[in-house]
Order: sequence, then C-alpha cells, then structure tokens
Amino acid sequence: MRIAVLLKQVPDLVEEFEIDDAGTDIDREFLTFLLNEFDNQALEEALLIKDATGATVDVVALDDPEVDQALYTAIAKGADRAIKLTGANGDGWLSTHARAAVYAGWLTGESYDLVLTGVQAADDLDGQLAPMLGALLDVPHVSVVVGVEAADGTARIRQEFAGGAISELDVSLPAVVGVQAAGAEPRYAAIAKIRQAQQEGNVDEVAVDPPAAASGLTIRRMYPPEKSDRAEMLSGSEADVADRIIALLRERGLVQG
Amino acid sequence: MNNDVFVIAEHSDAGLTDATFELLGAARRLADAWGGQVVAVIVGNAGVAGQLGSADVVVTVDAPADYTSEAHERVLAGQVTSRDPRLVLMSMSTQGLDLAAALSATCDRPLVSYVVGLEPDGDAVVATAQIYGGKIMAEVVVESQAAICAVIAGSFPADAGRGAGSPAVEAADAPALDGLRTTFVARHAPDAGDVDITVADILVAVGRGIGGEDDIELVQEFADALGAPVAASRPITDNGWLPKSRQVGKSGLKVKPRAYLMFGISGAPEHLEGMRDAELIIACNTDEQAPVFDVAHYGTTVDLFDLLPELTERASA
Ligand SMILES: Cc1cc2nc3c(=O)[nH]c(=O)nc-3n(C[C@H](O)[C@H](O)[C@H](O)COP(=O)(O)OP(=O)(O)OC[C@H]3O[C@@H](n4cnc5c(N)ncnc54)[C@H](O)[C@@H]3O)c2cc1C
Ligand SMILES: Nc1ncnc2c1ncn2[C@@H]1O[C@H](COP(=O)(O)O)[C@@H](O)[C@H]1O
Repeated sequence: MRIAVLLKQVPDLVEEFEIDDAGTDIDREFLTFLLNEFDNQALEEALLIKDATGATVDVVALDDPEVDQALYTAIAKGADRAIKLTGANGDGWLSTHARAAVYAGWLTGESYDLVLTGVQAADDLDGQLAPMLGALLDVPHVSVVVGVEAADGTARIRQEFAGGAISELDVSLPAVVGVQAAGAEPRYAAIAKIRQAQQEGNVDEVAVDPPAAASGLTIRRMYPPEKSDRAEMLSGSEADVADRIIALLRERGLVQG
Repeated sequence: MNNDVFVIAEHSDAGLTDATFELLGAARRLADAWGGQVVAVIVGNAGVAGQLGSADVVVTVDAPADYTSEAHERVLAGQVTSRDPRLVLMSMSTQGLDLAAALSATCDRPLVSYVVGLEPDGDAVVATAQIYGGKIMAEVVVESQAAICAVIAGSFPADAGRGAGSPAVEAADAPALDGLRTTFVARHAPDAGDVDITVADILVAVGRGIGGEDDIELVQEFADALGAPVAASRPITDNGWLPKSRQVGKSGLKVKPRAYLMFGISGAPEHLEGMRDAELIIACNTDEQAPVFDVAHYGTTVDLFDLLPELTERASA
C-alpha cells in the first residue's frame, strides 16, 4: 500500500495579520508559517496506517514558505520519502484550485492507493483540497474523516457529522481523503531526528509546470473584523480582572455570596 | 446560466437542518434582485419537500437514503449542470465540506467558502468570507461566472427562510448510480457522555491555549468552584484530554448557557457556531487579535495560567 500525504504551510493564526497596500491580500512578509493543523492530522493518520499495515508514506508539498521544515519533521516522524514539487508557486500564493490542478497532474503519473490531506486550510477561500482533487482524478473522496482503516484495495472510513455522529463507509482504492482528526494525538518528532533528516537533506525536488487553473475569484477588499462590536476588554492585573469577572457572574446570580 | 439561486437542502434524522432555512432566506434576496427563482434541491428524501415553503421550486431527486459523497455529488452535478443557476448555496456542514469543492471542480464553477455575507451587485454576487480562522474578512466578487458559495451556519436568520408558500415540486430523474465506489456501512450516534453540557447554566470552556493535559486540572478547579461543567474546543477532545461529549461547536454540541467562560480558545468559526448565542461570553486569550473577542461580551488578555487560580480562589470564597 502506498500513501501520499499532501502538506501545506499556512500562516500561524496566533500572529498579527496585516493587510497589504492594495487592501486585497494579507502581507505575508513578516509572518511565520506552520504546517496546516489538519494536514498534520492527515500525516498522523497515515503513520498510524503505516504502523498497522507496513504501508509506505510519502509526504508531498509545493514550494511553500518554510516547507522544508515540515518535510524534515515528517521524515523524523516516520515518513518514507519527502517530495517537493517546485516551479508551481510562481510569485508565492496559490489558490486551492491551482494547487489541486498541480497535484492532480503529478499524481496521475504516480500510483498511490490513498491520498490523504487535511479537511481544510483556513488561509484560502476555496480551501478544501481533497474533494477537488477527488473530482479531478475521478476517484472517490471523503472529507471530515476521523479514521481510516486500509486493507488491500479498500478502506473503511469514519466520517463525522454535526454533533459527533459517525458514518462508516467503504471506499475502493485509490481514494482521496480529507482528514479532520487522526485516531491519536499527532506524534512529536525528536529534535535530533529532525536535525538528522535535515543533514541528510532527503527532499526530492520534482519540477512541475505552473498551473493554469485560477480560482475565478476577485478579492475586492480584505480587512480585519470591525472593532465596533468587539468585547469590552477588562484591564488591570489578574487580580483586578478576576474581581471583575466574578462581579459579572454575581450580578447575574451565577455565583453565590 | 439563468438567474436562479439553488439551495442544497440538508436533512438529518431530525428533519431539515436550520442551515437549510438560513440559506433559503439568503437566497430569496439574491433571487429577487436578479429576477430569478429560489430552487431548493433535495437529494434522497422527497418527504421533507413540504417544509420548503419559502422556495419557488422544489426539486427532488432520488438517491440512496444514506448519504455518501459519491452518490450525492453525481446527483447534484447533474442538476447544477442541467439547470445552470447563477448561484449555488450550500452549508459548510460535513456535506458541504464533502461536496462544494468537488462540485466546483466537476462543474467548473468558482467556489467561495467560509461565507458569512451575501449581497447582490448587479449581475454579480459579493460574498463576504471569514478566513484565517476568523481573523480576516474577505470581500469577494464573482463577476461573470456562476458560482458556488459554502456558508457558515448561523450567518443568516433561519426564520427568514421558513415561509409557508406552496412551491411547485418537481421530481427530477436521478442519474445512473451504477459503478459507485463508495458503500455506506453503518451510522453511529454520538456518545451521550457523563455530563450534559447543553443544560448547564454556566460552562467553563478550555482550548488549546491550556498547553497540556495536566493543566486541564486548573480549569476543572475553577469549574468545580462554580459548580459548572468543563466544556472544550475540538483539539482538547481530539487529543483525548476530555471526552467528546464536552466538545462545543460544528461537530460538537450547540450550547446556550447563561454564561460561557472561555480560556485559551481562539474563536475559530467552527467553535463559535456552537456557542455564539450564550447570554454572557467572557474570553481569556493572550492574543489581542483573537477572533473570539468579536463575539465575547467581555475579554481579557491576561495569561490564563495567572487568571485561573485567582478566579478559583474568589469563586470558592
Ligand atoms: C469540519 C470541522 C469541524 C470542526 N468542529 C469543531 C468543533 O465542533 N469545535 C471546535 O472547537 N473546533 C472545531 N473545529 C476546529 C476549529 O477549526 C479550530 O481548529 C479549533 O476550534 C481551535 O481550537 P482552539 O481555539 O482551542 O485552539 P487554537 O485555535 O490553537 O487557539 C488557542 C488560543 O489560545 C490562546 N492562548 C495560548 N496560550 C494562552 C495563555 N497562556 N493564556 C490565554 N490564552 C492563551 C492563543 O492565543 C490562541 O488564540 C472544526 C474544524 C473543522 C474543519
Ligand atoms: N486567502 C485567499 N483566498 C483567495 N484568494 C486570495 C487569498 N489571498 C489572496 N488572494 C488573491 O486573490 C486573487 C485570486 O487569484 P486566483 O485564485 O488565481 O484567481 C489572487 O490575487 C490572490 O493573491
């Protein structure tokens, strides 16, 4: 069984975001980029399948900012091979439509049984890669997945619905899966192993053509949410803030005394 | 392309979802502005057609009762292609996340996800979307092409879509559903859990800002002092630090307590979906820009590790 996990770097959501001069995009210059949290879940799910079945796990990424770090970390966690598709990113940011086109082109020449990726990426207006890829490759796809058990030619998949209801599905392989959460908390990679992967430098670079597909969307304006209806901020020391919070609860009869 | 607006209706065991009515209300304004019709599409459960009174036309298509992305995508792609509406509205539910992007690729239509606002602008639709976990809003125009919008639940009032008309119901032919590679096996209800967080007056909610499993205790102590249960964001339950039955949000529970106290939760749209109607929301988050402060009534950027012991002390007094 051969599994590909598609990884994408996204800005760290804890950072301060600024809008560029044109007012239609974020300014990426000073941002830190991290692996999309759901892609990290997809990687964990793939490694769990590898642990259970001996499958091989390849991690694949486009040339996103700080992506080598994510690829080396994946190798340190147990991925067999890291592949970076270069030449597609052009000036930098690529819509998910464009990414899907690049991946579909490359995957067509490969023979993976399962392609796993995160359920969504919050940095993108059309940020659901798995279903798009499934459609382009004409293979079955399932998203919002919380468990994959793979056997020869087929996989049993757990798909999550509102309120935590679960559907169990069987799909024939190859298939594309959008992972919401892995069966276990994503493992950590030992720093020494990441360093070793880095020193060995085992990232295969594969040149691909830039995509033709665009999202078809025109951003008119990007802006932070309006300040007007934001929370009233409680100031002072932790003791002051605690006093205020308890007073707010007391006013409503939610704390006694 | 015509001027119609499609609403993909969703039904669960409990009937049509609220999100369906939210979309119907939003669709009405757009269809009226464009001189088109609101067309509600139901796949696989014609029985609920009678509840779609605010649509102009209800299209029902047969499909296996148990949802699979493959069968539903084939059915919907057929309808979108043959009827060619200006706009397709779906909810960002599991089905929306499964299907919207696939339809976008199959039917060659642009997709705007994370939508919270929709306005007509001449022939175009202007969608407002919440990206970067709610930290940034994007105003997007889809000029000339027929689009698909996936809308975050709770963005529009459901009541606006609960009209009592009697639209024409058309049973459309289902496409051939042979050669499907996805088979439905079983459906499992969620675990009931030890505590029902949907009935509590106060909830103390904890998110990834807590850092590790051992520190959940800090939150538990404050909650105990208040006599309140501990609720959680998704990463906490995914990691197994608290049971799934404590999760609030899109794939967790919807809660409406008198007070919802949040520690180390960023306020991603998927979490806010589950608690934004709480009467009093107080959020502690060290990131001043965290989207949670857009819905909280009161906020503080004091570190949760400093604040919680102070709160516990006062609540125990
Ligand atoms: C289909 C789908 C369904 C989902 N369903 C749900 C759902 O039901 N419920 C849900 O919650 N999520 C859900 N999510 C996940 C959601 O997108 C977010 O990933 C999640 O809500 C983030 O959880 P969080 O706020 O705890 O973590 P983060 O976003 O990582 O936020 C942690 C916050 O803690 C703050 N912080 C860090 N340290 C401190 C400190 N010392 N003191 C104070 N603050 C601190 C940080 O500033 C940060 O804002 C779903 C996602 C998808 C795709
Ligand atoms: N998060 C985003 N989602 C969608 N489009 C974006 C985003 N950020 C920036 N854009 C811009 O939107 C335009 C759409 O490009 P395209 O997808 O190629 O049609 C480009 O100029 C992108 O840089």
